[in-house]
Amino acid sequence: MDRTWIAIGTIADIPLRGARCVKTPQGKVAVFRTAENEVFAIEDHCPHRGGPLSQGIVHAKAVTCPLHNWVISLETGKALGADEGAVKTIPLRNDDGALFIALESLMMAAE
Amino acid sequence: MTEKLVIIGNGMAPGRMLEHLLEKAPGHYQVTIFNAEPRVNYDRIMLSPVLSGEKDYEQIIIHGDGWYIKHGITLYKGHRIVAIDRDARTVTSDHGVTESYDKLVIATGSVPFIIPVPGNTLPGVITYRDLDDVQAMLLAAQSREKAVVIGGGLLGLEAAAGLAGRGMDVTVLHVMPTLMDRQLDPAAGYLLQKELEGRGIKIVCKANTKAIVGSGKVEGIELDDGRIIPATLVVMAVGIRPSVGLAKEAGLAVNRGIVVDHGMQTSDGSILALGECAEVAGQVYGLVAPLYEMARVAASHLAGDRSAGFVHSDTPTKLKVTGIELFSLGDFADGDDREEIVLRDASAGVYKRLVLKENRIIGTVLYGETSDGAWFNDLKKKAVDIAEMRETLIFGQAYQGGAPLDPMAAVAALPDDAEICGCNGVCKGRIVSTITDKGLTSLDDVRAHTKASASCGSCTGLVEQLMTLTLGESYNPAAVQPMCGCTDLGHDDVRRLIKAKKLKTIPAVMQELEWKTSCGCAKCRPALNYYLVCDWPDEYADDYQSRFINERVHANIQKDGTYSVVPRMWGGVTNAGELRAIADVVDKFEIPLVKVTGGQRIDLLGIEKEDLPAVWADLGKAGFVSGQAYAKGLRTVKTCVGSDWCRFGTQDSTGLGIKIEKFMWGSWTPAKLKLAVSGCPRNCAEATCKDIGVICVDSGFEIHFAGAAGLDIKGTEVLGLVRTEGEAMEHIVALTQMYREQARYLERIYKWAKRIGLEEIRRQIIGDADKRKAYYDRFVFSQKFAQVDPWSERVSGKDKHEFKPMATVGYNQAAE
Ligand SMILES: Cc1cc2nc3c(=O)[nH]c(=O)nc-3n(C[C@H](O)[C@H](O)[C@H](O)COP(=O)(O)OP(=O)(O)OC[C@H]3O[C@@H](n4cnc5c(N)ncnc54)[C@H](O)[C@@H]3O)c2cc1C
Ligand code: FES
Repeated sequence: MDRTWIAIGTIADIPLRGARCVKTPQGKVAVFRTAENEVFAIEDHCPHRGGPLSQGIVHAKAVTCPLHNWVISLETGKALGADEGAVKTIPLRNDDGALFIALESLMMAAE
Repeated sequence: MTEKLVIIGNGMAPGRMLEHLLEKAPGHYQVTIFNAEPRVNYDRIMLSPVLSGEKDYEQIIIHGDGWYIKHGITLYKGHRIVAIDRDARTVTSDHGVTESYDKLVIATGSVPFIIPVPGNTLPGVITYRDLDDVQAMLLAAQSREKAVVIGGGLLGLEAAAGLAGRGMDVTVLHVMPTLMDRQLDPAAGYLLQKELEGRGIKIVCKANTKAIVGSGKVEGIELDDGRIIPATLVVMAVGIRPSVGLAKEAGLAVNRGIVVDHGMQTSDGSILALGECAEVAGQVYGLVAPLYEMARVAASHLAGDRSAGFVHSDTPTKLKVTGIELFSLGDFADGDDREEIVLRDASAGVYKRLVLKENRIIGTVLYGETSDGAWFNDLKKKAVDIAEMRETLIFGQAYQGGAPLDPMAAVAALPDDAEICGCNGVCKGRIVSTITDKGLTSLDDVRAHTKASASCGSCTGLVEQLMTLTLGESYNPAAVQPMCGCTDLGHDDVRRLIKAKKLKTIPAVMQELEWKTSCGCAKCRPALNYYLVCDWPDEYADDYQSRFINERVHANIQKDGTYSVVPRMWGGVTNAGELRAIADVVDKFEIPLVKVTGGQRIDLLGIEKEDLPAVWADLGKAGFVSGQAYAKGLRTVKTCVGSDWCRFGTQDSTGLGIKIEKFMWGSWTPAKLKLAVSGCPRNCAEATCKDIGVICVDSGFEIHFAGAAGLDIKGTEVLGLVRTEGEAMEHIVALTQMYREQARYLERIYKWAKRIGLEEIRRQIIGDADKRKAYYDRFVFSQKFAQVDPWSERVSGKDKHEFKPMATVGYNQAAE
C-alpha cells in the first residue's frame, strides 16, 4: 500500500527528551524525541483516561502520562508495567531530521 | 532506694551502658555524667562521613539533650574530672564541681598518640578524635591547600579521603611498607593504595617523620631521608592510647588500660571502667563492638546481676570510604601450620584471601567484593570444618551446593546466629524475630528496636535483605529506600552524595551514582531536578524536561487537558483594577469557570494550552505574576484582616502575610508549601493547619509548622514565640530552608518533621542562632535566581514550542 507522507517539521522543533503535538482531523498526534534522538509518533491520548501524552515526562523509549502516571511505550504504544492498554502508533519517517507522518493510517484511525 | 551513679566520660560505651541500665533497673540510680567534650553522646564512628560531607553532626547524635532530661540524668558538658577521692567517694571537675558517688564508672576513652618530634605543637597540627578535630579540618580544607596525614591506618585513610573530597591536596605518610598493615595483607594493601592514588591522594610508605617544620605555624614535614613535604595542615593519626591518667592518680590498678575483671570492675569495688580505657584479660579494644559488650556486662552488674561476664570476639574491620569495599577479620599472618586460599580478579579489582588452620578459617581479607564477609565470619566463629567445601569456599556462600543462588538466597541460607551487624553484635535471628514480633515495616524501626545498622551502617544492605526476606511482598523497600527502579539509593543518600561529590547535573548524578537506566524515569528525574536546583541555585540550569507538565507550562493541567491559571494576590488582598483586568481576560478568552480558591485568590479554569501566553500577557499588564498554584514551591500566604480593621487583631497580620509572600515567592520546595498568618488566637486565617502558620499575640508572633489539611488532617506544632516581625520572618525563612535542604522530594513538611523530630528542628531553628542565620542566608542567596516571574518570561517568548502545535495537518487532504 502506498503511503502519503506529510511533512510536520524538523527534529530540532522538538526538545530533547520532549514532545510536540500535531493537530489532525482525527485528533492530536504526539511526536516524541528521546535522549538518543530517536523520534516516535503516537496518538496523544492515554489509553487510561485520555491524558495528553505529549505533556508527559519522556524517559528511555517511554513516556509517563501527566494525569495518572501510566507509562506508555513509544515503540509499541502499549502500556508498560502492570497496566494494560495501548494507543495507536503512527508511521513516522525521519529524513535527516526532516519529519513526516503517514496519512492513511490517520484516515484509517477515523473509521 | 536510689543510689548515686557518677560516670566520667560520655562516649559511646557508657551511652550504651545507660540504655541497658535504664531498661534493666529503671529508677535504681540517680545518674550524673561529666564529659570533657562539651556535647552529648554522638556516634564517633561517623565522624568520617561528617568530614566527607555525607552526614551532618545532627545526624550522628545518639542521645539528644531531650534524652537526658527525659531520664532525669544530669550531664555536665565541658567538665573534665581532675580528681577522684576514693575515700570520700567524690569526683571533682576542672570547673570546681564536686559530686559524690555510690558507684563510679570511668569511661574516659583514649587519647590520640602524638609522635614526639620537633614541631608537633605548632598550630596546624591536629589529631582525629572528636568533632572539634573535624571542624578544624573542615576549616583548614576551605583553603584547598596541602595537607599531610601521618598514619596510613583506618583513621588516617578516612581523614585523607575526607580531606581530598573537600578539595585539599593530600599526602599520606605511613611508616610500614603497605597501608593498613594491621588489618590487611600486602596484596590488599596494594589494591587499596592504587585505589586511593587513583583518587588523587599521594601515598608515601616507609616514611619516617623527623620533624614538623614551620615558623609560627605548620609549613611542612621533614622526613628522615631529608625530603620536605609542604603542608598547611598536619593530621596525626598514628594510634591511640587508653586514657588512664586519672585512674592511675587515684591509685587504681593500671596496666596498658585500667585493669578490670570480666565484670568490668576495677581494683576498687565501687568503681567500674569500660570502653577504650579499660583492659580486660590483658587486652584493650579500639572498635565499638567489644565496647558494647562491655556496656552490656557493666549494666548487668550495676543492675545487680553479677552473672554476666565479658567474652572476647574478633571484630571485622571495614573502611568507611565511599566506594571502597574492604573487609578484614582475624589472623592472617603466614605460618607453617597455615594454608591459604586466594582469589584474584584483576580487572574487577577483587582480592580475597582465606587463612586456614586445621581446615578452619582463622582469618579473612576481602577487597573489592565483601558480600561474603558475614558468612566467612560465621564459619570462623563456629570453627566449621570446611574440608567438604574447600574447592568452592572462596567463591562464597552462593556457590555452595550446586548452582549459584541469587543474593537473597545467600542471606536466607545464613544460620540464625550469624552476625549481621558487627558494630552492635546483632545476629540474624534477633532481627528476624523482632521484625515479626513487633510488626516492624521500616528500616528505621528495625534500627530503633534492634540497633542493627544503627552505627557504621555498612550492614544496611544485609538488614534490608532480611526485611525483604521476612516481610516478603509487604516490605516495599521503595517506600523507605530506593528513589525508584533506576537506583538502589534512597532519597537521603542521593541528596547527601549530590553534595558530597559536588554533582551538578542530572547526567553527572546518574553516572556517578550508577543509575541503572540511561535517563531515569518520571519518578527520579523531577526529584533530582529539585535537589540540584536546591543545592546549586547559582550553577544548576533547571531541566524543564524533568519537570511535571504543570511546572513546565506554569499552569495546572485539568482532566480534560485544558489548564487553569491562578495569579498571585499578595496576602489575599486585591483591588478594583485587578478585578477588572481579570474580568476582561475572562470575557476575551471565554473562560468557562471563575472560582475563588481556598488560598484567597482567583482561579480561571478551562483555558486551552495555546491561549496561555496570551492570557498571561493580559494579566501581566495589570501587574499580576504567576501564583505558582501548580508548583512544588511557595503557594499562598493566607491572612486575616488583623489590627488595621479587626477589633481583636493584635498585629498587622495582613501586612506580615504580604511581606512573607513577597519575600518567599518563586522558591521551589520539596512539596507544596502553604502559609497563613492569623491576627489573633481566634485564628481566622486557619494558620494552625498550614505547613507554616503564624498566630499573632500581644507579645509577638507564635510560629507554627507541620500542619496538614489534605489526605491527612493534623494541627500544627509550635516552633516558638518571637517578638518582632523581623524575627518572625527570619525563623520562617530558616525553617523553610532547612526543609528545602533535608526533605525528600514530594515529602510535605509535616512528614519531614515527623521523620527527623520536632525537637531537632526547634534545636536548630530556635536554639541555634548561627544555624538559623546560615539557613536564612542560603535561602536569600537562592532567591536571587528563583524570583523570576515565569509568566512574563513566557510572554516574551521562552519555551514557545510548549504552547503551539508542531504542525496542523490533514485538513486539506481529508477534505478532498
Ligand atoms: C574517626 C573515627 C572513626 C572510627 N571508626 C570506627 C569504626 O568504623 N568502627 C568501630 O568499631 N570503631 C570506630 N572508631 C572507634 C570508636 O569510635 C571508639 O572505639 C569508641 O567511640 C570509644 O568509645 P568510648 O566510650 O570508650 O570512648 P570515647 O567515645 O572516646 O569517649 C570518651 C569521652 O570521655 C571524655 N573524657 C575523657 N577524659 C575525661 C575526664 N577526665 N573527665 C570527663 N570526661 C572525660 C572525652 O572527652 C570523651 O568524650 C572510630 C573512631 C574515630 C575517632
Ligand atoms: S555493622 Fe556497623 S552498623 Fe551494623
